[in-house]
Amino acid sequence: MNVSFKRIGAMVLRYAYLLRASYTRVLDIIYWPTVQLLTWGFLQTYLVRAGALAAPGGAAQAAGTLIGAILLWDILLRGQQGFCFSFIEELWSRNLPNILMSPLRPTEFVGALVAMSLIRLAVGVLPVTIFAILFFGFNLWSLGIAFAAFFVVLMLFAWSIGLFVSGILLRYGLGAENLVWSLMFFVQPLGAVYYPVTTLPNWLQPISWMLPPTYVFEGLRGVLIDHVIRWDLLAQGFVIDVVLFAAASAAFGLLLKSARRAGTLLQTGE
Amino acid sequence: MSQNAVAPRPTLAVAGLSKSYDKRRVVGPLDFSLEAGSVTGLLGGNGAGKTTTIGMVMGLIEPTQGSVHAFGCDMSRERYGALGRMNFESPYVDMPHRLTVRQNLRVFGMLYDVEDLDAKIEQLAKDLALGDFLDRQTGRLSAGQKTRVAIAKSLINDPQLLLLDEPTASLDPDTADWVRARLEAHRRTHNCAILLASHNMSEVERLCDRVLMLKDGTLVDDDSPASLLARYGRDTLEEVFLDVARGRVDGAPA
Repeated sequence: MNVSFKRIGAMVLRYAYLLRASYTRVLDIIYWPTVQLLTWGFLQTYLVRAGALAAPGGAAQAAGTLIGAILLWDILLRGQQGFCFSFIEELWSRNLPNILMSPLRPTEFVGALVAMSLIRLAVGVLPVTIFAILFFGFNLWSLGIAFAAFFVVLMLFAWSIGLFVSGILLRYGLGAENLVWSLMFFVQPLGAVYYPVTTLPNWLQPISWMLPPTYVFEGLRGVLIDHVIRWDLLAQGFVIDVVLFAAASAAFGLLLKSARRAGTLLQTGE
Repeated sequence: MSQNAVAPRPTLAVAGLSKSYDKRRVVGPLDFSLEAGSVTGLLGGNGAGKTTTIGMVMGLIEPTQGSVHAFGCDMSRERYGALGRMNFESPYVDMPHRLTVRQNLRVFGMLYDVEDLDAKIEQLAKDLALGDFLDRQTGRLSAGQKTRVAIAKSLINDPQLLLLDEPTASLDPDTADWVRARLEAHRRTHNCAILLASHNMSEVERLCDRVLMLKDGTLVDDDSPASLLARYGRDTLEEVFLDVARGRVDGAPA
């Protein structure tokens, strides 16, 4: 068998050209290891510092908060991805100009994406909450009104990120599609998903409190560990959500305008 | 006619339209208008600016200067007043592959708020011979079938302004001829203004009552096919096109 290093080199060059032309792909390579390191590193710090596993009943409590956090994290992630996947379908099928040329208004388009996000969430996450009851005895639904509040704050944030990512896709095309999968993960280490905000270094904590999910995950620990619903936290998270959603809507509008100016709406490939 | 008589408002009015990227002008300035029931050809070589012009008319590309008014609506500020009465077809645009032809037409019919949609789909299926593959996934169709589906989509709302970017590019001569007949029929029955970008000179000669010739983004000629042939002393529009493309512009207006 003749192996041509020149042909291998040609293909390497092809992918290198692509990387060089797409900074989002380069960022993606650096982004994931960083997110993984920070998330699991801070979790380890929390467990060691709090001595959670050594305390009486601590292991069960830690497991409960962990499963609750995983479920809420999945709601957040799937909510955003459900929004973006519906949008990116239009790019994959080269259908976006048909949509934008129709009488469909941007607000109506966003309304449809929000509806699809909820439908996808119902299909994907509902069974998982039942599995959590069956396999681990953790009933997310038993949180009642607190769960409803968590859901609202998480969804508004998910749609804000979804809207912003969709705007980036409009402007930069499929070269930015990795953002659909990856952008939300910056919340995992910073949003206090698996550990309290106090686990983070002091200088990172103000940044963490700028993220609505932080208020939800702190609220979850309040319910599960202290058995209180922290309405004050949830209200703050909601207010930040409203500001972020307005900012994401404005960014979407600006990116759409920029795409029109750059003439990229007719060429939405890589 | 009295001097005070008000001229009918054109379906499409383009004034001083231009587009620049990084200070390099790629189109314009262009001035033209389309009357109801007219078919205007947009001719030019590759890179002449046809697709950019159509993109600006559709509102998908923001002009650097100038304006586009469709049905009297400024497309940069009031496009939703006009979009329901216009439609387009382009080889650069596709439809969702996993949806059947019927599902795609249903979605677009709903977007355009078409009344009695089932009957409209059946009528389009009959007119454009889509019946054999109406319930087949769009991605599984041949290029010619996909083009017919795209034309069906472009006619779903009975548009009065139709923008067509090389509508018969992937069709065999028989199907292409057949599609042209359908477009002519639509123009007649709906008094529709059509802007047609094409490389197919016989298509332009057959369909268009006026031709806009673009070269390097600027309008180098604007006349009826017959007048262009007479003025350039040529037998076919293809020869006129080559004259313009290669700079042999003896017949061009002074």
